[in-house]
Amino acid sequence: MKAAILVFPGINRERDMARALTLVSGREPAMVWHAESELPAGTDVVVIPGGFSYGDYLRCGAIAARAPIMDAVRAFAQKGGLVLAICNGFQIACEAGLLPGVLMRNAQLRFICRDVYLRVERSDTPFTRGYNAGQVIRVPVAHGEGNYIADGETIARLEGEGRVVFRYASPDGIVDPNWNHNGAMNAIAGIINERGNVLGMMPHPENHVEALMGCTDGRGLFAGLVDHFQKAA
Amino acid sequence: MKARVTVTLKSGVLDPQGKAIEGALKSLGVSGVASVRQGKVFDIEIEGGDRTRTEAALKSAAEKLLANTVIENYLVELIG
Repeated sequence: MKAAILVFPGINRERDMARALTLVSGREPAMVWHAESELPAGTDVVVIPGGFSYGDYLRCGAIAARAPIMDAVRAFAQKGGLVLAICNGFQIACEAGLLPGVLMRNAQLRFICRDVYLRVERSDTPFTRGYNAGQVIRVPVAHGEGNYIADGETIARLEGEGRVVFRYASPDGIVDPNWNHNGAMNAIAGIINERGNVLGMMPHPENHVEALMGCTDGRGLFAGLVDHFQKAA
Repeated sequence: MKARVTVTLKSGVLDPQGKAIEGALKSLGVSGVASVRQGKVFDIEIEGGDRTRTEAALKSAAEKLLANTVIENYLVELIG
């Protein structure tokens, strides 16, 4: 699996992501600077990592979403290429129009940095085939603006088409306001686009991939992607 | 030519920051505060004096970058 990680000024999770991808796929990803206009030839998956691109100026992800490389990412996604957008990457993907909705300031107005539980809603996407539907995984979050909102029509479409892939839940998988730490609509932690090839999520699966981290629940996402490309080959 | 673009949240969009400011104003004893919504103001200077072109440029700036039209409205004003 040939991965390309986008690098914007102010991004800080690109090395965690590279480490996780190398560990699980056995292949080092390419790092692609924002000012580039093309992705490396043969890229299988584009990763937009977390951080604080452009210091979160204007709106989180707003300036990065207009960087030259994003035209190439849009074209790549239009051709069906897989895009994994994590945390600030999710905000960038929404601002770039790759995913619907917006990530607003957390309802409690605090930056939240801790482990959360996610219920995996579907296992039939390239991103979640390493999990079972209904499975609960523990992964960290670290964000101040992760409160997903969209208009009623968009939410109804996302739910109706089964495009909510991860939801904040209790350790036994119950969706409850007490476990929806940032106040996201319908406890949405991650969604896919209509075609199912772009995933945006606020939590960081790349930070739970080896025993040293205390948990390996995030590994399934990367292992599933590797499996997806092996089956396709 | 000087211009001002004001970006505000659409009605119905929750504004936790506005709520916090509203709470702070109330705790300061500022009387009569019913609600607060936070927005942004951009003061922009545009080269040249053509009003139509300036307005078009600012509208494009607002649509492309300054506002996220999913959640925000914008207003362009030419100040002269």
